[in-house]
Amino acid sequence: MNEDMSKYPLRLEGSDKPMVRFMNVTKSYGDLVVLDSLDLDVAEGEMVTVIGPSGSGKTTVLRMLMTLETINGGVIYVDGEPLTHMEKNGVLVPADAKHMRRMRANIGMCFQHFNLFPHMTAIENCMEAPVHVLGLTRKEARERGLELLALVGLEEKVDEHPARLSGGQQQRVAIARALAMRPKVLLFDEVTSALDPEVIGEVTNVIRKLVSEHNLTMLMVTHQMGFAREISDRICLFYRGQIEEQGTPDELFGNPQRERTQQFLRAVTEAM
Amino acid sequence: MSYIEFLTTYGPRLMTGTLITIALTVLAGLLAVAIAFAAALMKLSPSMVVRGIATTYIEIFRGTSLLVQLYWIFFVLPLFGITLEKFTAGYITVGMNLGAYGAELVRGAIKSVPRGQWEAALALNMSPAKRMIRIILPQAIVVMLPPWGNLFIELLKGTALVSLIAVADLMFQAKQINGSTFLSAQSFGTALIIYYIVARFGITPSMRWLERRSLRMLGRG
Repeated sequence: MNEDMSKYPLRLEGSDKPMVRFMNVTKSYGDLVVLDSLDLDVAEGEMVTVIGPSGSGKTTVLRMLMTLETINGGVIYVDGEPLTHMEKNGVLVPADAKHMRRMRANIGMCFQHFNLFPHMTAIENCMEAPVHVLGLTRKEARERGLELLALVGLEEKVDEHPARLSGGQQQRVAIARALAMRPKVLLFDEVTSALDPEVIGEVTNVIRKLVSEHNLTMLMVTHQMGFAREISDRICLFYRGQIEEQGTPDELFGNPQRERTQQFLRAVTEAM
Repeated sequence: MSYIEFLTTYGPRLMTGTLITIALTVLAGLLAVAIAFAAALMKLSPSMVVRGIATTYIEIFRGTSLLVQLYWIFFVLPLFGITLEKFTAGYITVGMNLGAYGAELVRGAIKSVPRGQWEAALALNMSPAKRMIRIILPQAIVVMLPPWGNLFIELLKGTALVSLIAVADLMFQAKQINGSTFLSAQSFGTALIIYYIVARFGITPSMRWLERRSLRMLGRG
């Protein structure tokens, strides 16, 4: 990476401090450019949904923010501080493991395939990281976990292993597990895509509740256009690693400006 | 001499030998497990040097004969000033040999844990060590238990070679009895049956029990 890093601020302050900022972020695998000079801000408490055709880089946006992928160019800031970089002698250099770990604590993620730990019960899944990462006592972690499992409507399933839970229930445990770390930003990566149609509602209801009752910043990738339209503050349509068009749900769905947005929306509504 | 007479006369010696064989198996088994985990984790290390050490170890101990290794450790190491008592040399060699096979089992099992589990643990900000110990290994162990059962049976049978450095195990006793009585069918036949009984009614049920326990841990029992 021979990028001139001096154009990137060491930190974001004052009125220009979104919760998340992608600044000129590029990601490529060999010759394949997945994200091309992406600029994207997410304000504190905002719910932003990313839609777009497959291969457009939607999921990569979340995975980079979760530090599951490294970036090839640009800088990602979280709550004003660089996530992918750190300051050294007045310039930004790629973050080391320690910096990454400190910054990662701000972010939580729910996955398409839940990824619950199969050898632990629902409550143990929720207690694992609070005890072993945050250093809470087991009692504190259990209380926090029980509260969150109640929030997602699973107080009856606290001691069940994931293998005995339905997909919808597993995904709700996964949401509780992510919330137990008290992240500032929560990422949802196609969290309903692997679910049977009849249980999608129980997961979307939990997300609805989070949006209305908690001031969490959320970034969601989904194929459920109805849900995205209903719940998002803003929707970004990705096309070939760039934001083709963005706006409020009504702007984007009601009056799409770009040809590609119109095409995409026509295609997904026909499929419904 | 009837077989009953044979058993009453030589039974106690064969029994003593069996106990030695079992002790060798347990000690070599523990060593093999410890070496297998260490070598497997080393093979997954980001450092090329660490990986190289593990690979060299596995290649040497898997690629050469157990009997030659035994002779090396018992007869050649003393030339370099390291002298091991024969029983010790016996279980260490068998343990080191089977540990090299076990390392590949452990590595394969770790690799078989879905990527999503690593990612979920990372998303929860767990350190690399915690990810491995608390999330990946417990799941890998479930996968690797059945092949370990096989390996332990191999290991039991492998211990028969230590009779060649005069450790008084079951095979050694059987050979001694054969040497003095020339009752080959009875001596080696009885040894054969005892090896089978230890494997079939000792190792196999223990491994089944561990497998059931580990499945219960996953809520699938």
